[in-house]
Amino acid sequence: MAMGGTTEMTIGVAHYLTVSAILLVLGIFGIFLNRKNVIVILMSVELILLSVNLNFVAFSASLQDLNGQIFAMFVLTVAAAEAAIGLAIVVIYFRNRGSIEVEGISTLKG
Amino acid sequence: MIAALAFYLFAAILIASAVMVVTARNPVHSVLFLILAFFNAAALFLIAGAEFLAMILVIVYVGAVAVLFLFVVMMLDIDFARLREGFQRYAPIGAIIGGILFLELVFVVGSWGFSSQANELRLAPNPGAGVTNAEAIGRILYTDYVYLFQASGLVLLVAMIGAIVLTHRQREGTRRQNIASQVYRSGSVLLEKVPSGAGIATLGIRRPPEPEPEAPKVTHEAGHGHGGHH
Repeated sequence: MAMGGTTEMTIGVAHYLTVSAILLVLGIFGIFLNRKNVIVILMSVELILLSVNLNFVAFSASLQDLNGQIFAMFVLTVAAAEAAIGLAIVVIYFRNRGSIEVEGISTLKG
Repeated sequence: MIAALAFYLFAAILIASAVMVVTARNPVHSVLFLILAFFNAAALFLIAGAEFLAMILVIVYVGAVAVLFLFVVMMLDIDFARLREGFQRYAPIGAIIGGILFLELVFVVGSWGFSSQANELRLAPNPGAGVTNAEAIGRILYTDYVYLFQASGLVLLVAMIGAIVLTHRQREGTRRQNIASQVYRSGSVLLEKVPSGAGIATLGIRRPPEPEPEAPKVTHEAGHGHGGHH
């Protein structure tokens, strides 16, 4: 699809792809930036999944195909499950270690 | 025109709040900016015509996931200043990798276009304006994708059980109701007149012994800086 340029002021799939690409890059940047803080890393993962959902919805709207929205719902489900499990692991890690630094997390190997 | 302006506004706020999520000094602010980002993403979904998904995003992400983050951030007594060490050290490599990734995405999207048969390849064409978005999704979600729907329910069940099993702990020194021992209790219940002012100890009834006070918890790193967590 051609870029819906700013002169005609229509929002095409390219606009959504740009926003979601920026969101994905910001999520990955956040993972690098907060190397020690697991909670912010989990939030960055949520941002990445949000950008994926934005892509799905953009293509679904552009193609007039509902499958994209169905798949976005499944991504949403998995994201919610992942957040719950991840935060539970953070809680028990904090309970055992007294901090949430990721540096020593390889001690979980057992 | 209005939709385009709204798109730019919501997209700008979404990206700005995403920047704040990853750079905020205080993780509570990060969570609050994450909530703002989810709201703006829901608005973008609305502009794209996915009303049901927008509402689901607000309910699931803002109502459940972000509040879960907020609970954990506020519940754990975390020394956040210490966690921010190496912020400047990791910023350049993160920026380099992010820039490379963004360039790659630009190249991919720039050299990409819809297939000429894209319209014929649609699996579930949108039924049009006569059917609401939620109804259209329901029509295919509960028929074509019912197995995937059940499987995602199973994923949520497993996640729930996993989170409970991970975080549940049996504390020492807490008394719980043991229903089995109550039901199988032998003997009868006696009514005794307790002399006033004397207390039940005069009748030979003793309370169960008090549990030993728990020894003060010793953290692994003594020089950790926040040894006094309660």
